[in-house]
Amino acid sequence: MTYDVLIAGGGNAALCAAICAAREGTRVLIAEAAPMAMRGGNTRHTRNCRVAHDEGNGILTGPYPVDEYLDDLMRVTKGNTDPELAEMTLQRSKEVWDFLEAQGVRFQPSLGGTLSLGRTNAFFLGGGRSMLNALYRTAEDLGVEVRYETRVVDIQVEDGFFLGGTLEASWETDTPQREEVRARTFVAAAGGFESNIDWLKEGWGEAAENFLIRGTPYNTGGVLRLMLDAGADQIGSVDQFHSVAIDGRAPKFDGGIITRLDCVPFGIVLNENGDRFYDEGEDFWPKRYAIWGRLVAAQPGQVGHVIIDAKSADLFMPSAFPPVIDDTIEGLAAKIGLETDRVRKAVDAFNDACQPGTFDHTIHDDCRTEGLDPPKTHWARPINEPPFQAYTLRPGITFTYMGMRVNRDARVLFDGTPSPNIFATGEIMAGNILGEGYLGGLGMTIGTVFGRIAGEQAAKSLTNRKAAE
Amino acid sequence: MSRVDLPSLATAKQDEVARQMTICNACRYCEGLCAVFPAMELRRVFEGPDADYLANLCHNCGACYYDCQYAPPHEFGVNLPQAMTELREESYARFAWPDALAPIFARNGLWIALISMISVAGFILGFALWSDPGALTASGNFYAVMPHNAMVALFGPIFLFSLFVMGMSMRQFWWSADTGSRMPVTPRALWQAMRDAGKLRYLDGGGMGCMTQSTRPDRYRRLFHHFAFYGFLLCFASTSSGTIMHYLLDWPAPYGFWTPPKLLGVPGGLGLVIGAAGLIWYDLKRDDALPPKDKTGMGPAFTWTLLALGVTGLALYWLRETPVMGVLLALHLGTVFAFFLTMPYGKFMHGLYRFAALTRHAHEQATHTTTIATAPTEGRTRA
Ligand SMILES: Cc1cc2nc3c(=O)[nH]c(=O)nc-3n(C[C@H](O)[C@H](O)[C@H](O)COP(=O)(O)OP(=O)(O)OC[C@H]3O[C@@H](n4cnc5c(N)ncnc54)[C@H](O)[C@@H]3O)c2cc1C
Ligand code: SF4
Ligand code: SF4
Repeated sequence: MTYDVLIAGGGNAALCAAICAAREGTRVLIAEAAPMAMRGGNTRHTRNCRVAHDEGNGILTGPYPVDEYLDDLMRVTKGNTDPELAEMTLQRSKEVWDFLEAQGVRFQPSLGGTLSLGRTNAFFLGGGRSMLNALYRTAEDLGVEVRYETRVVDIQVEDGFFLGGTLEASWETDTPQREEVRARTFVAAAGGFESNIDWLKEGWGEAAENFLIRGTPYNTGGVLRLMLDAGADQIGSVDQFHSVAIDGRAPKFDGGIITRLDCVPFGIVLNENGDRFYDEGEDFWPKRYAIWGRLVAAQPGQVGHVIIDAKSADLFMPSAFPPVIDDTIEGLAAKIGLETDRVRKAVDAFNDACQPGTFDHTIHDDCRTEGLDPPKTHWARPINEPPFQAYTLRPGITFTYMGMRVNRDARVLFDGTPSPNIFATGEIMAGNILGEGYLGGLGMTIGTVFGRIAGEQAAKSLTNRKAAE
Repeated sequence: MSRVDLPSLATAKQDEVARQMTICNACRYCEGLCAVFPAMELRRVFEGPDADYLANLCHNCGACYYDCQYAPPHEFGVNLPQAMTELREESYARFAWPDALAPIFARNGLWIALISMISVAGFILGFALWSDPGALTASGNFYAVMPHNAMVALFGPIFLFSLFVMGMSMRQFWWSADTGSRMPVTPRALWQAMRDAGKLRYLDGGGMGCMTQSTRPDRYRRLFHHFAFYGFLLCFASTSSGTIMHYLLDWPAPYGFWTPPKLLGVPGGLGLVIGAAGLIWYDLKRDDALPPKDKTGMGPAFTWTLLALGVTGLALYWLRETPVMGVLLALHLGTVFAFFLTMPYGKFMHGLYRFAALTRHAHEQATHTTTIATAPTEGRTRA
C-alpha cells in the first residue's frame, strides 16, 4: 500500500499538514506514537497562538501588526533567527485565525490571569485539546488515516529523497508490530526531544535527571534523530531549551500548565543551602518566569524554595499544589528540609534590608531592599506575618530548540539542498525561527504556518511528479 | 470565607470535586465553556458547599471532559462531568426533606418504578371498586369514572405537599452555599437565570454543542431537553387552564380540540414524548466515562416517567371514546400521581437546584468584588 503523504506526529503541526494535503486530494497517513486518549503531543497543553492582525476583532483586543511582532521576535531571539523565514511566518500568521476557524477551532478572549496576552494571542476555546479535537474531526472527515500508538522507527532516505518508512504499532505492548510503509512524501512533525532525558544529558549532564518535563512523554525526538542521521542539516544545539520554574511536586512528565507557580515576586527564593541567588522582584512575572527555569537549573540539586508570608498568600493565581505551611520560619524550614538557622538568617537579612515603600503589584513599585546581595528591586516586603508558606521550584522543560533546517517551502535541507519530498513543521523545525528565547504562542503559529505549507507543498510535489512521469 | 469547620465535614464526593476544581483553577483553559469556570475563579478554596453549588451549576454538557488534557488516563484524573454528576446526585439526597426520605435517592430508579407501579395499580383497583363498571369501558367521560372533585381532593394536596417539600429543599440548598452573609434573591439575577435556563445556555459546550458520545459535539441533547421541558410546561399550562375553566368559568370537561387545555396539552404531550424518547435514545450511546460510577437510576427513572406521562396523556386524548379509556385513565392518573408524589425525591429537582445555582451565579457575577488573582503584571488586575 502506497500513501501520498506519510506524517510522523499527531500534534498541531502534523494535523495542519494532514488537512492541507488531504484537501488537495492526497492519501494521507498519520503515525501518532501516543494512544488515542493521549494524542496530540504538547499541543494538548497549549492555550493560544500568537497571530499578527491589523485590527482587533472583538476577541483580540487590538491590532498587532507584523512589524511589532517582528520587533518582539528580534528582541527575544537577540537576532538568532532566519530573517526570511521569520518574516514569512509572521506575515502568514495573519491567516492562522481564519484557517483554524475553518477547521472548526473556536476562539475566546484571553483567560483570567492572562490579560497581558489579550491583544496578541488568540486563545482556543476549551484549550489545546479542544483545538486538537477539531483538527482531528476535520482530518477524519477528509479521509486522513490516523494510526495511534504507532511510531515511526525508521526511514529510508537516499540523498535527501524519501523512499519509505518503518512503523511500529502497539509499540508500548509486548507484541509490537513493524510494518514497512511506502509513501511518496514525508512530513516530519514529531515535536521536540524534551522527554528524552538521555539526550538532554548530552547538553546538561546529570542535572538533566532533575528536570521536570512539562509536556508529553512521547516527544523523545526519535524522528529528529532519524532525520539527522539521514543527513538533514541541523539547527540549534542540544543544550538549548525553553524552561520555566514550576512547582517541584509536578509529575516527571505531562504536568502541563497547572504546575505553574506565580508567587516568586512576592517572596524570597532560597536554594538548598538556604541562600538567595537572584533578584526575585526584577520584573513582572510573565517577563521573568522563563529565566527562573535556568536559574533554578543552575542551583545545587536543581531546586529552589519560595518563601512568602500571609499577606501575599492570595495575591497570585491559585496553584494546583497546596503550599507547605507553618507558623514559624524555623518550623517551615524544617518541613521543607532546609537548615533552620540558615533560613532564619536569610529571612532576617532580607527583612532588615527591606525599605519602606508603597506596595503595588501592578506597577514596578518602590518596595526594594538596600544593601542586600542579590537585591530585591520591587515588591520587597518583610516576611513577618504568619502563617508562612513555602513552595518548591524545579526547572520545567517546555520545549527544545534543536531541529532541522528548512526552507520557505518547509522542505528539509540536506547539505543546503532542499529535499524533493521531505518536509518538516512544528517544534522539530521551530529553531529556524526561534533560535533562542521565547514568545508565548509562537510555537503553535510556527506549526500551523509551516504545517499548511508542508501539506500543500507535499501535495504539489506529487502533481509535479505525476505531470513529469 | 468563614466556614472554617466545614472542609473537615466534606464528603468524599465534595472532596473530589474540590480536588478537580483546584486543578481547573490553576489551569482555566475551559473558562469559556460554561458558568462553572467563571464561578470557580471567584474562589481559591472549595469547601463542601462551594462544591455543591458548582456541581449544580454544571449542566453536564461533557465538553470539558473531552477538552481536558488531564482527563484519565492522565494521572490527575480530571473528569468534571462525572465528578459533578456524582456530587449532584449525592447533594439531592443531602438536601432532601425530611432527612428520613433521603435514601430514596440512592436507589432512585427502583423506588420511582415501584411507586409508579403501585400508583397505577391503585387507580385500577380504585376504579374497579368505586366506579360503575360500565363507565370504565364505554364512555368518553372521565368524571364518570372518577368524579372531578375526587381528582382534585387527591391530586391537590399531594401537589401542594410536594411544592412545600421542594421549597424546603431549595431553601437548604440556597442557604448552605451562602458565605457569611445571606445572598439576596434579586429580580435581576432571577431574570438572568430564567434566560440562561430557558435557552439552556450552558448545555452547549461553549457554543460548539454537547459532547456526550465522543469528541464530536452535537446539539441533540439540548434539542431534546427543550422538547421535554417546554412540552412539560405546556402540559402543566394545559392542566392549569382546565382547572381555571372548571372552577372559575364553570365550564367542565370534556373540552373541544380548540380549547386551551387541548391546544396546550396536545403539543405539550407531543413535546414530552419526543423530548423524553429522544433523551432516552440519545443516552443509549453515551460515553461510559461520563455517567456516575454508582448507578442510582435517577436519570432513566425521570426520562421514562416523562415519556409515560406524555404517552398516556396523548393516548387518552385519542382513545377516550374507545373501551380502553378506563384503563388508560388509570395509567395516566397513576403516572401523574406517582410523579407528583416523587417530584421532590428524584431527578425533577435538578431543574430547581440548577435554577437556584444559575440565580446565585448571576448575582455573584454582577456583584463580586473579589479581585481575580493574577501574577504581577503591568496594571492588570481584573475587577
Ligand atoms: C505546558 C505547555 C504549554 C504550552 N503552551 C503553549 C501555548 O499556549 N502556545 C504555544 O504556541 N505553544 C505552547 N507550548 C509549546 C507548544 O506545545 C509546541 O510548540 C507545539 O505543541 C508544537 O507542536 P508540534 O505539533 O510540533 O508538536 P507536538 O504537539 O508536541 O506533537 C508531537 C507529536 O509527535 C508524536 N511523536 C513523537 N515521536 C514520534 C514518533 N517517533 N513517531 C510518531 N509520532 C511521534 C507525539 O506523540 C506527538 O503527537 C506549550 C508547551 C507546553 C509544554
Ligand atoms: S477541565 Fe481540564 S482543561 Fe478544563 S479547566 Fe479543568 S483542568 Fe483545565
Ligand atoms: S457544564 Fe459542561 S463544560 Fe461546564 S463543568 Fe459541566 S460538563 Fe464541564
